[in-house]
Amino acid sequence: MTPRRRAVSLLAALGALAAIPLVAALVNEPFYLDLFRRIMIFAIAAVSLDIILGYGGMVSLGHAAYLGIGAYAVAIPALHGIHSAWVQWPLAIVLSGLAGLVIGAISLRTSGVYFIMITLAFAQMLYYVGISIEPWGGDDGMRLTRKSQLGGPLDLADPHVFYYVVLALLAVLLLVGDRVIDARFGTVIRAVKSNERRLAAIGLSPFRYKLAAFALAGAVCGLAGALLTNQTEYLTPSYMHWTRSGDIMVMVILGGMGTLGGPVLGAAAFLLLENVLSAWTVHWQAILGPLLVLVVLYARGGLWSLLPGGARRG
Amino acid sequence: MTWLLVVEQMLNGLQFGVMLFLVAAGLTLVFGIMNLVNLAHGSLYMLGAYLAVAFLKWTGSFAASVVLALLATLVIGMLVEVVALRTLYERDHLDQVLATFGLILFFNEAVAIVWGRAALFATVPSALGGFVEILPRLRYPVYRGVIILVGLAVALLLYVIVTHTRLGMLIRAGASNRTMVAALGVNIRLLYTVVFGFGAALAALGGLMAGPIYTVQPGMGEELLIEVLVVIVIGGIGSIRGALIGAIVVGMVDTLGRAFLKPMLATIISPTAADSAGPALASMLIYILMAAVLYFRPQGLFPAVRNG
Repeated sequence: MTPRRRAVSLLAALGALAAIPLVAALVNEPFYLDLFRRIMIFAIAAVSLDIILGYGGMVSLGHAAYLGIGAYAVAIPALHGIHSAWVQWPLAIVLSGLAGLVIGAISLRTSGVYFIMITLAFAQMLYYVGISIEPWGGDDGMRLTRKSQLGGPLDLADPHVFYYVVLALLAVLLLVGDRVIDARFGTVIRAVKSNERRLAAIGLSPFRYKLAAFALAGAVCGLAGALLTNQTEYLTPSYMHWTRSGDIMVMVILGGMGTLGGPVLGAAAFLLLENVLSAWTVHWQAILGPLLVLVVLYARGGLWSLLPGGARRG
Repeated sequence: MTWLLVVEQMLNGLQFGVMLFLVAAGLTLVFGIMNLVNLAHGSLYMLGAYLAVAFLKWTGSFAASVVLALLATLVIGMLVEVVALRTLYERDHLDQVLATFGLILFFNEAVAIVWGRAALFATVPSALGGFVEILPRLRYPVYRGVIILVGLAVALLLYVIVTHTRLGMLIRAGASNRTMVAALGVNIRLLYTVVFGFGAALAALGGLMAGPIYTVQPGMGEELLIEVLVVIVIGGIGSIRGALIGAIVVGMVDTLGRAFLKPMLATIISPTAADSAGPALASMLIYILMAAVLYFRPQGLFPAVRNG
């Protein structure tokens, strides 16, 4: 896809999301507002994973760890009476970015299947920490009594305000991402995926760029975690469970990896499918599972490639 | 006396270790030979446990239920290989992770549909119940002792098969150069199916023996799978010897950590702090161990040699 077409399709997607509250009001289904806010939050997480997975070729199966760190970065200050989003959200971003830096520094020494396993192991480690620490709710998790306070007219308790705050953050992420992909940093990250040795041969250190991308992806996913606790007003260690990492990865693949719009589309498809199937039968995972196998086997470019002008994965 | 407790916990660690080995052996073989990351291997462990409970109810005989459950999982494993996994061998690891993740969702729900979501109780057969006094004042459950013996016997059997039989020779040859083996006239696809089936049966053996000790419920496979992944990564993916050593190390570290870390910490820091830090640290131990091993040896302790 040419940069111009890509920007146009991203703007179209954002425009469609901006219209959702109107549609929800028209058909008198406030539930859609909630559902699509959730979709956008997971879209932020999925886009962050796609930075390293789709563009950088790093198959991380522990991405939910940052979702959890971001969530705890909101809930723990709230427990101590600090409700300002201007404290909580930067904290979520910085802490999960730092976690990404540490996990990346160790994991990126390995490659292939070892990399998959070690990222998975780090996420499970954090999951067990979350389960074991009783003052922070242990296994049961804890309730967020008050949503993050942005101040002024931006009251997240108002579902519409919250919706547009999430949309604005997603829009910033996508538009900045759209620039970064073609900038020097994005070019190097894509080069890492295609041939690391050649990159080293022209004098660039692949490790430093990979680590930077890994930490950046963690930081962005941390923000998604902060938003997610505000969405559910609850936090449990299960945010970090490895099946959650699997879900986020499925969203990226379903939508189309190596694109910015793909993960957004994938998050929407996954959560809508979950919503429809679970209303139909409690055993919806018995349908989702085989469906997933079929997508992997036969529809490798993801949904994004089915759109007009969509680029196929190479 | 505390040293009796230490011996008992070490035996428990060994018991957990051999069970990890039974599941790890199949997984590491499948990876080593077919280059397939199979996250759904834990589902076969779960199926083994469920099928044994079901067959025990049907036949009333423990021995018959074991044999039937193993045969049934062998067949299911071969079916899964032929239907779904065969096409994945040539794909990259990402596709394999996703497709087998899908299989996990399917198997967990399938089990929930057939047997329900509530945990089932598997009973220890009466012949294997009771305790045996292995040291003065140390009485150990017979059943756990049997698990240790069966696990070690399987390890020995696997060693003999892999190093001293024609099948083992083909397995090793297939792992090091599949194209060459196929060129020499061996039906490599059939070999893959058979190996996968036997790996599945080993996992089922672990599962059906685990049934009476842990709970039989949907999702029991993944709890263990993650620990098994740690085992094979520490041992070196593709190596049976690595899987055995990794399994016993992980089993020991995990069991001893859970038993003794809290009281040990309580002597250093305050007991209340140890109360929350102890369990957290104990459940992290094997992951820390894995990170440390990978940091110093990115290919695990016994990397399998493969070319082509």
